[in-house]
Parts: sequence; C-alpha cells; structure tokens
Amino acid sequence: MIISIASGKGGTGKTSLAVNLALSLPGQIQLLDCDVDEPNVHTLLSMKNEQVKPVYTLVPEIDEQKCNQSKNCVNFCPNHAIFVGKKGINFFPELCYGCGGCILSCPNQAIKEGKRQLGVTHRGVANHGVEVVYGNLNIGEPLAVPVIKAVKEQASPNNEVTVIIDCPPGVSCPMVESVHGSDYCVLVTEPTPFGLHDLQLAVDTIRQLKIPIGVVVNRSGIGDRQVYSYCKSEQIPILLEIPHSRKIAELFAEGIPFVTKMPEWKSQFETLFQMIQERYGR
Amino acid sequence: MKICVTAQGPTLEAPIDPRFGRCANFIFIDPDTMKFEAIPNPGSMASGGAGIQASQFIVDRGANVVLTGHVGPNAYNALNAGGVTVYVGISGSVSDAVNQFKAGSLQSVSSPTAPAHMGMGGGRGRGRGQGRGRGS
Repeated sequence: MIISIASGKGGTGKTSLAVNLALSLPGQIQLLDCDVDEPNVHTLLSMKNEQVKPVYTLVPEIDEQKCNQSKNCVNFCPNHAIFVGKKGINFFPELCYGCGGCILSCPNQAIKEGKRQLGVTHRGVANHGVEVVYGNLNIGEPLAVPVIKAVKEQASPNNEVTVIIDCPPGVSCPMVESVHGSDYCVLVTEPTPFGLHDLQLAVDTIRQLKIPIGVVVNRSGIGDRQVYSYCKSEQIPILLEIPHSRKIAELFAEGIPFVTKMPEWKSQFETLFQMIQERYGR
Repeated sequence: MKICVTAQGPTLEAPIDPRFGRCANFIFIDPDTMKFEAIPNPGSMASGGAGIQASQFIVDRGANVVLTGHVGPNAYNALNAGGVTVYVGISGSVSDAVNQFKAGSLQSVSSPTAPAHMGMGGGRGRGRGQGRGRGS
C-alpha cells in the first residue's frame, strides 16, 4: 500500500515520521522523498549503490526561418512563454510547463520537441534494506512537479511493498502531485494555532482528492488543545502523538532517526501502520 | 508612429500606470494628431507572463514606442524583439508624457528597470526594497 506523509505547515516532522516509520515496519519498504526542493530523507539514512537519472521537461525548439508569424503558438500558450516580434522570437523557459501545445498549433512545423533538464532522481538502498528514491530540483528551477512525477514513477508496482511518500509542505501543486494516488494520507501537525491553521488547509485539500486522512501530532505538550478539538469535530483520527522531547530533537539534529536509539518507539510505529493497513490496505 | 502609454484610466488626463505588464489600460496615441484609442489591458490579472503578454498585445497593435513606469526583464526582452523603444520612469498624465516625448526630453532605456514580478499585488515575488544608505 502507499502511505503519504504530508502537512500544510513546514517543519512539523514529516521527514522524521516518514524515516522512523520506514525503519520500524516489517517487510519490504520503499521510501520516496518528493520534497524535491529540499530533499532530506537521505541525510538521515546512509545510502548505497546510488543511481542518478536526469529529469527533463519538454520545451519548444523554434526555427525562426520557418516561422510565418501566424502567432498560433502565442495564442495557444496559456503561460505566455512565447513572444513573436518583428525582430525575433523569444522563448521564456521558466514560464513553460512543457505541454507541447505550441508544437501542435504551428501551421508551418517551425517548432520541434526539445528538452530542458529540471533536476535528477537518486535511487539507492539505505539502512535496514529500505529502498530510497529522492528527487533533487535544480537550484532556481520553479517546475517541481515533473521531478516529483519522476520519483513516483519509480514506486514499486508490487502490492507487497509498503511505499511511504515524504511530501513537500504546503497545499499547492507539488503537495497534491505527491499525495495523489496514495491509499492513505497521514497529516503531521504541531498542536499550535499555526499548526491548526495549516492542518485545516491540508485536510480541505486531501479531502478533494478523496484520500482517507489521519493525524499525527508532533511535539505534543506545547501549544493548546485546538488541534484535538478540530480533529474530534471533523472525525479525523489522531493516530499517534510524539512528545516535545529534547532527546528526539538532539538525535534529529545529529541526523539520527530517533527509533534507532529509542527502540521502544518501534512498536508504536508498527501499531500506527497496522491501524492504517487493516482499514485501508490493498 | 504609434505610441503606447500605460495609464490608470482610459483618457489623456489619466495618470500614468507605473506597471507595464499589469497596468490598467493601454492608450495608443498618434503624437502628431493626438488621436488616441484606450484599451483595457487583457492581462492585468494574469497569473504569470503578464509582461510578455502585454508586449505581444501592443506589438501586434503596431506600437513603436512605450511610455511607462518600469519594465521587468521578460517584458524588456520581448519589447526589444518586437522593435519597440522603451521609455521608463515617467509620471504625470498621459498627455504630459506624450508632450515630453515630443519635446525630446525622455531617455530610452537599454536594460530592464524592475525585478521580475514587480507589479504583482501582495505575497511572493514583490520587488526588493532599496538599501538605505547611512550618512557619514
């Protein structure tokens, strides 16, 4: 089954939960880091035999000699990535989503398919045999979704493998792309007014995708009780609480998944997974 | 010759709109006769690429000159490719701007004068504030 770990707010503990969960579960585990702007799952694990693959997006290659100034491409492009002027044609790659519509719309076949590299994916085996795939978006590159897709294409099609997806924060396209297709989504929050605000946004988003939701409260003990009353009124189960603990924070700061030094947590993560699998597993 | 002025309203008395891609109106004027046509900017609320869309819009309508407040890097490159001469830093009314142009008191620019996304209201990508110098 596929479980995605997401949150509206950044820094709530998605990666920490995803990695500790992956290290606690029996069977074959695959961990996908879809936070391609800032992948960090691999910093908590030691990866071996890494394979790196480039990720490209489609871009138009325009032959100005063949252009008859029909401007069909300009009128088609919803992102205004092409400008056709008397003294030349300008293409703005950072605005292009790679749909290829300009190529199809050109009556003179003046536009060909080209490609532009957006980033890379890494794939390797980490501690405890966990397979890790992560994407890394080029610096300054706004187009994250194609790299996220390239990571998700490497998800195991085998139903026996548990796939855990560490999602980017927020509720915009990269998060939606990461969560899409999951059997279950765990939303990590902290029990503060900020945490609640962004949790509500995330719940509204995931409900649109019709994916069942559970909440993990991280750093419990700080803030207030509003997250708990919200979850109760929305009938969202609270799957686990991870306390605000100096020891957990110190281990994280050293790049050590806390379950490896605090083995008593392993059964808690197993229980969390069993609760999800019994109801929503395939 | 056809001049395009970015304006907050659809008249010659309207103040200049300092944003190029996201201005409210384009006013196309023949400087010899002062005959003009005001067209609302179809891309003023575009989610992205407003400067390029605006450049294409005015180039397709035959403008040779733009009088505005600021142009960003994408619009600047597009206007160049469209053979349009760009004058920036203009304030006052549309007719003031055209009169200054006719008097030859405006200087055209050879580089963009605003960072990308300058004209977007609120949120991300607004222009950076200028550093405040310390007097010695």
